[in-house]
Amino acid sequence: MVLVLALGDLHIPHRAPDLPAKFKSMLVPGKIQHIICTGNLSIKVSLFLSNSIEVHDYLKTLCPDLHITRGEYDEDTRYPETKTLTIGQFKLGLCHGHQVIPWGDLDSLAMLQRQLDVDILVTGHTHQFTAYKHEGGVVINPGSATGAYSSITYDVNPSFVLMDIDGLRVVVYVYELIDGEVKVDKIDFKKTASIHTAH
Amino acid sequence: MYKDIVLPRVLEQVVNCKDELAQFYLMDCIIQVFPDEYHLQTLDVLLGACPQLQPSVDIKTVLSQLMERLSHYAASSAEVLPEFLQVEAFAKLSNAIGRVIEAQPDMPTLGVVTLYSSLLTFTLHVHPDRLDYADQVLGACVRKLSGKGKIEDSKATKQVVALLSAPLEKYNDIMTALKLSNYPRVLEYLDVPTIRVMATVIIQSIMKNGTRISTSDKVEALFELIKGLIKDSDGTSNDKLDEDDFKEEQNSVARLIQMFYNDDPEEMLKIIETVRKHILAGGPKRLPFTVPPLVFCSLKLVRQLQGQEENPFGDDASTTPKKIFQLLNQIIETLSGIPVPELALQLYLQCAEAANDCELEPVAYEFFTQAYILYEEEISDSRAQITCIHLIIGTLQRMHVFGVENRDTLTHKATGYSAKLLKKPDQCRAVYACSHLFWVEDHDNMKDGERVLLCLKRALRIANAAQQMANAARGSTGSVMLFIEILNKYLYFFEKGNPQITVASIQSLIELIMNEMQSDSTTSDPAAEAFLASTMRYVQFQKQKGGAVGEKYEPIKYEPIKA
Repeated sequence: MVLVLALGDLHIPHRAPDLPAKFKSMLVPGKIQHIICTGNLSIKVSLFLSNSIEVHDYLKTLCPDLHITRGEYDEDTRYPETKTLTIGQFKLGLCHGHQVIPWGDLDSLAMLQRQLDVDILVTGHTHQFTAYKHEGGVVINPGSATGAYSSITYDVNPSFVLMDIDGLRVVVYVYELIDGEVKVDKIDFKKTASIHTAH
Repeated sequence: MYKDIVLPRVLEQVVNCKDELAQFYLMDCIIQVFPDEYHLQTLDVLLGACPQLQPSVDIKTVLSQLMERLSHYAASSAEVLPEFLQVEAFAKLSNAIGRVIEAQPDMPTLGVVTLYSSLLTFTLHVHPDRLDYADQVLGACVRKLSGKGKIEDSKATKQVVALLSAPLEKYNDIMTALKLSNYPRVLEYLDVPTIRVMATVIIQSIMKNGTRISTSDKVEALFELIKGLIKDSDGTSNDKLDEDDFKEEQNSVARLIQMFYNDDPEEMLKIIETVRKHILAGGPKRLPFTVPPLVFCSLKLVRQLQGQEENPFGDDASTTPKKIFQLLNQIIETLSGIPVPELALQLYLQCAEAANDCELEPVAYEFFTQAYILYEEEISDSRAQITCIHLIIGTLQRMHVFGVENRDTLTHKATGYSAKLLKKPDQCRAVYACSHLFWVEDHDNMKDGERVLLCLKRALRIANAAQQMANAARGSTGSVMLFIEILNKYLYFFEKGNPQITVASIQSLIELIMNEMQSDSTTSDPAAEAFLASTMRYVQFQKQKGGAVGEKYEPIKYEPIKA
């Protein structure tokens, strides 16, 4: 069982002051094996004692295996536009999503998924949580971890995703902060063994 | 008995011995040894002895110890508080301190501040609701400090910071601290770097407590307090400040702006205008930090107003989205010449989209115009261009408010920019992204199959050109990938029902790709092969779906590459 945290679009401090306190208390070091971040961290997040550190460094304290792709507001140009990685039996792809037009369009995202040749594609930009299964795999958008303003989505609730990868199965847990309470939902995906000839 | 006999005798001895070390030690003993209730009841006597001690005795420590003990005593249980009131502890202590300071005109600033700091802590514990007492303490401190100029001793500075932090910690609400009229006055005595530290402490207190600042007056008062962060003080240079520290400060201010909120649109607009006024004085180094949060606060207000019907009989002074957009235009304009063109462009596009949602066509068009001007004149880095093009196309694709003419103008320009990007692969990708500008779901009158195809064909030509350049240079192809991407776009529009995309055109594109991949001159490209394979799998899936989709895809033929 491998836990992968997926989150993004924090937009601190342009659109949000901080990660919600309830999320911070849930995200503790040592529990998560990988973190994938869709981008637009922007800059800083506070720890409990009001010290602020870079969001990047904060995420590193949760788990050293951190993968980030570049959002349009990220100042750090070292972040790549897309990234792929293999975790267990699954190939994951990561991309912020402002590059895929029309924004949020599942068919266009599926095209990127085919291009990266991955089972699970994680993107952001719309600040709207989605988990879309199609014959080629799964497209997940963890939403905005701070509930930041989006021109695309109204009434954004802070959200993030935790994926539990176990063999050929992945359970996607989505955590959403609604009216001050954290609500959890889960979706199951099973990967069929691939039939096409490997190259 | 203690009060009438023991204490007066002991004190008499202490005073008479005239030895400063002994006096200090003995006073300390008295305070530490006897219980706090005794001290309360004998305050007059105890304090009366203090001015009689040798001037070199560290009286401030003695008094501070006493006040600290009494503070703890007060904190230990609420039942003892009435006792404090009964013996008028506050009045006696503050008078005593006043007398001591007067008796020692050479007392260093550190001493003065330490005394008042202890008294303030005492006051906060014993009389938490008596803001006037706290204010009195601060006022007395200000009076004693007046005429001494800015504090230079670092220990004294630390004490002042402790003095000012105490009310923040106690009240957990900056607004309460702001009610202390002498609070800002104490701040004046700190040197500029310390004022900035204090400002950061204040902001951290607000963030920690999640305090909402809800009126423009409060914003005004708060900005006055933290003005060291908002703008350069007269005559100081910022060279000494570390780059990272400066960024950290400005980021705190940015986060602070997010805490300003009021449900009432009129008040919220006042808040926005107040913030704008203050951040304008910040200069080009600060604006890139402070402008974006203000823009997003304003956009949130627009969204709030969107739902409400515009009152046709409302007076001109009322808050409307249009007004806010005018303000936004001015706010973003302040970024010009700094230069941060990418940021400004992004903000203009955000406003354009918001204007679109408010059905304000001319406003949206104006924002797009500004964005385009920035793109043409100030964005020259090729990577920045690519990001900006994506944002332009992505935003434009979502706009439904434009009439045909306006839309055509903007689309034409966007496609033009796309074709002029530095590298051919980027050009190709941007141009085929533009195809979506001519096809918007949910808007039948915005589905122009022909122009979609024209875009895709243009992208193909660019991919071809890239191909030839690569062949000539005998480099790896890479453009097979582009052909496959374009093929996927063909399939996309084919499925959406674009009549201009025929099976024949798809088929010939597939053949083109196959030829490319099998030709001798191309080096093997595993990524492209994988992409083609997954694309063909997709076609297969669609065929197997049956029904209308299956029928559509049925005629498309594909032979996998023989190894």
